Amino acid sequence: MQFWVIQTLNSLALGGLLFLLSAGFSLIFGLMRIANLTHGAFFMLGTYIGVSALRVFPNLWLAALAGAVVVGLFGALLERFVLRSLGGNALGQVLLTLGVAFIISDLCLIVWGGDPIPVQTPDYLRKPMLIAGLPFPTYRLVVVVIALVTALLLWLLMERTRLGAMIRAGVDDMQMARAVGIPVSKLFTIVFCLGAALAGAGGVIGGPILSAYPGLDADMLPLALIVVILGGVGSLVGALVGSFIVGFVYTFGTALLPDLAYVILFLPMIFVIAFKPTGLFGKVSA
Amino acid sequence: MATEALSLKGVNALYGESHVLHGVSFALQPGRILALLGRNGAGKTTCMNTVVGFLPARDGDIRLFGESIARLPPEAIARKGIGLVPQGRRVFASLTVRENLIVAARSRKDGTRWALEPVFEIFPRLKERHAQAAGSLSGGEQQMLAIGRALMGNPSVLLMDEPSEGLAPQLVAEVGRIIARLKSEGQSIVLVEQNVKLALELADDVVLLNTGRVVFAGGVDAVRDDQALITQHLGVF
Repeated sequence: MQFWVIQTLNSLALGGLLFLLSAGFSLIFGLMRIANLTHGAFFMLGTYIGVSALRVFPNLWLAALAGAVVVGLFGALLERFVLRSLGGNALGQVLLTLGVAFIISDLCLIVWGGDPIPVQTPDYLRKPMLIAGLPFPTYRLVVVVIALVTALLLWLLMERTRLGAMIRAGVDDMQMARAVGIPVSKLFTIVFCLGAALAGAGGVIGGPILSAYPGLDADMLPLALIVVILGGVGSLVGALVGSFIVGFVYTFGTALLPDLAYVILFLPMIFVIAFKPTGLFGKVSA
Repeated sequence: MATEALSLKGVNALYGESHVLHGVSFALQPGRILALLGRNGAGKTTCMNTVVGFLPARDGDIRLFGESIARLPPEAIARKGIGLVPQGRRVFASLTVRENLIVAARSRKDGTRWALEPVFEIFPRLKERHAQAAGSLSGGEQQMLAIGRALMGNPSVLLMDEPSEGLAPQLVAEVGRIIARLKSEGQSIVLVEQNVKLALELADDVVLLNTGRVVFAGGVDAVRDDQALITQHLGVF
């Protein structure tokens, strides 16, 4: 019983982190039609920036804000000045994002070294909570709450503002969106910046659970890919549902059948691709 | 002579290797309806796509009230004042009716005629269904929405690409009434139609295209009276 409760809560926490990672990934994919392979590196860069920020001011939430701002800005510049120059060449853009991911990865290694760096949980969240009589790390529950609040805010942005409607119009029919005067190139920058900022903040918030280490980027990127393929490209609800599905499958897979964890992880994806290629909530085929 | 609302001069356009518009020239005068007619594949929609910037003109010039728009991206052309009711309607399916309209809203310095309320006024059906996803509307309603969406940009020239396509006769008549009403308000319109009868009823001027070339340009009466011309360039037999 204890095992199931704890693993369920762990699944939820991982799902929450994955949502912070993949919400932006999904929006970028949906609008710009490119898989941004820098996204895992954005997440890791966020974690490392959080590590450095915490040395200056010991507040995890401010560090998360710093991660969001720095990585968001980096993302905006990358889109505006590098990706833009390959406009219309989706394959070139995807390759470019992969190259940038390698560069970030190496720079992190140079700046922060090769040893894993733990990120401290804030003191007031260190005391375990008792859930059904079982102790459980409070911080992980906070992560779930943060993810759900973020999901709500993103939903409001996408569904209740003109900007959000313009982004969805671009996902629906890019060419027609341009023909009614929607400034699509500005939307690209906004969405890329927002997605990077979310990944950066997610990296810091995930720090106390995952810690900062070389290879964190490569560990996270496939999970984001799976989430988006499951949930559907460009769909926020899809990213949320997909994140929690992957959170559960990965956590229980690792706990129950550690040797087959990756098989179990990719299995639902194969079924979705076979029977609903657009993902559970998507319209565009990945 | 007053400035032409829209003019094409020697426009060539290519899809990859295939040359689809051969030196197309015609002009739309302000406040008039120009019907662009021709058989399937004559280049009518390509013409529209070139004007809105989907398919940039290889050479030649396109001017909107004297200002060249030929090399601009579609969003800039839209902001200059071209409104498009595209073939196949192309409403944003996952957006609500209201959202489809507000994403296209643009005011104009010299008087903003169209906004949400005026559009709802001429299309009461859209008002009733304002919160519904556009993808769930009937074909006729989607056509109304596509027209409303184009109007929201307060275009100085409205391009309508087969607005009657796939509609029941009753709705075709309704679309015709709306086009006539827009004209009576001074809207300049280019109307692409397969429905020659409807087009000749509404238009002031006619341009006939055949395999990417202008084969006739003139007043509507000249076409109406020239059965041979119609048969040669529009007839299916």
